Amino acid sequence: MLGSVRHEIRIARPAADVWVLAGDPARLHEWFPGIVACTVEGTHRTITTGAGFDMPEEILVRDDVHRRFQYRLDMPVIAHHRGTIDVIDLGDGTCLAVYATEADPRTMALVIGGGSKGALDELKRQMEGPP
Amino acid sequence: MGRKILFVTTDQQRYDALGCNGGTVARTPVVDALAAHGVRYERAHPQSVVCMPSRSTMLTGQHPSTHGVWMNGVPLPVDAPSVAAELRAAGYRTALVGKPHFQPFLDPFGRFEENRFAAHGQVDLPDPHRGFEHFESATHGAAGPLHYARWLAAEHPEAVDMFYPVLDRALEVNSLGGGATGAPQVHDNPIPRDWYHTDWVADRTIGWLDSLDAGDDWFAWMSFPDPHHPWDPPASELGRVDWRDVPLPDGYLADPAERDRVLDAKPRHWRAWYDGRLVSNYEAPLDWVPATLTAEQVREVNARNAVECELIDEALGRVLAAVAARGWADDVDVVFTTDHGELQGDFGLLFKGPYHVDGLMRLPLVWRPAPSTGAAPATVTRPVGLVDLAPTFCAIAGLDVPGWMEGRPLPTDDADAEARGFERVLTEWDSELFGIDVHLRTITRDGWVCTTYGPGHAHDGTEGELYDLGEDPLQRANLWDDPARAALRDDLLADLHDHQPPMRTPLATVEAPV
Repeated sequence: MLGSVRHEIRIARPAADVWVLAGDPARLHEWFPGIVACTVEGTHRTITTGAGFDMPEEILVRDDVHRRFQYRLDMPVIAHHRGTIDVIDLGDGTCLAVYATEADPRTMALVIGGGSKGALDELKRQMEGPP
Repeated sequence: MGRKILFVTTDQQRYDALGCNGGTVARTPVVDALAAHGVRYERAHPQSVVCMPSRSTMLTGQHPSTHGVWMNGVPLPVDAPSVAAELRAAGYRTALVGKPHFQPFLDPFGRFEENRFAAHGQVDLPDPHRGFEHFESATHGAAGPLHYARWLAAEHPEAVDMFYPVLDRALEVNSLGGGATGAPQVHDNPIPRDWYHTDWVADRTIGWLDSLDAGDDWFAWMSFPDPHHPWDPPASELGRVDWRDVPLPDGYLADPAERDRVLDAKPRHWRAWYDGRLVSNYEAPLDWVPATLTAEQVREVNARNAVECELIDEALGRVLAAVAARGWADDVDVVFTTDHGELQGDFGLLFKGPYHVDGLMRLPLVWRPAPSTGAAPATVTRPVGLVDLAPTFCAIAGLDVPGWMEGRPLPTDDADAEARGFERVLTEWDSELFGIDVHLRTITRDGWVCTTYGPGHAHDGTEGELYDLGEDPLQRANLWDDPARAALRDDLLADLHDHQPPMRTPLATVEAPV
């Protein structure tokens, strides 16, 4: 059964600045709590979680023009997954960062979605904090 | 040297599971003896009928609306107020052994401290967590990152797969049946008794107590994961209670027509769940239809539940013996309770959810004050709440009750309860899960239970429940729409409105299903 979770946060920095971090697949561990390492080879990314799991992923979209990044977890226990990160320019020097997760089983959408909320909070903290 | 505190909690235990409360299936002589020498509460309610909000209430002395853990899966902030921190600041040694569940268990990222302690081999914490300097965690089986699971995997790896798989392959609560009747979450567990988590919790509590100096004051929260489902106690113990001999509970409606009539008089999510059309929460199997529950399955579930209650009682007896062996017997207050109840066959239902009736709300609560206080045994019939536990611990320790606590020290008898105005207790439910939201607010006062429903997936905000606990102790006749009770209902709702704390905003995020 498919589940869908979406979180968003407004960040007081230009979208282009936020995208430098949020759009770099090799830097996810810098702002997603519980991910301790990322390795990227072509369209494949492997994340290592704080619980010690390696999770292979396929990068589906990296669109630097529309600032969209999409990926999916490539694991047998997950029938379907798609994670989407959008950074939307609000036209006033701020942006909206959106992290959407859909997954089957739906429970994984909640678990990953819970992490993504923390990730957005951390992204905002890093972007709006002192340089 | 002051009074020490042994705080004993179980998980999902009904009021009538104890002999001292009239239970006839499980033998609970240890708790019964505590009740005989202490205070037994006949109307103790949780402020939420699921684990995380209720446990957060025990720790903070606050209603869920205030501490912010409004449903399972919402973590209690690590810096939330904690009675354990208050006690530790006053010089108490502090430990939590067993099920904490202030943070979600489903945590593949390892984001939550309580899941990381065991992974890092931490038991004694240099920086106390929520005021606990010693932290050894367990839950309902051998899965997950907690201390019990890691201990079992290290010491008895052959036992890891003996437990019932709580979740199915779709990561939903498992509906797989077992035992003789095929009841959901029932399983024959070949694990030796002394490897089972009930005895482990007692063993580790004793171990910590043995590490203390004789002159220490201490607060030990011993938190048994049972008798929460799965009902998979050690198979060696099943002979204690023959399920065929277990009477059907009073709340079970054997006549299907009567069951239909009673359920149809309640707000529509009751019947929708019963029929398998709506599962609004993660605390019951998604693909299990309550209407398929047979009388034999109810008997077997209740038999295994009783076995688990007996093992807890015996484990508590061992801990009390260890306390006595240390010379502390006269100076220890023992508080025994649970976080919420279990439907366990009432209305033809199992498990729990947004159903504010006695099966889930009326809890066992026994406080045996330290014998050195000379307190007289008593029974309290007026309503009290788990929100009153933290203030009680402060009072036992001789501390002022902090202003952030919303409860009051428990009354020691009905006269004390009346003098201090124990009139009402509140219980709340909010859940939002994959587009299904349910919202309840309940007041119990003057022998009535009144629940109002907020607008949600299955409700338009006009629904409610009103039960006369004196005339209708099994809550079968919903008087919400009875014109003769309208004034009473409205008075109860006004009282509820006056006393219900506002919901903390912004609403905290649901970070996992449980």
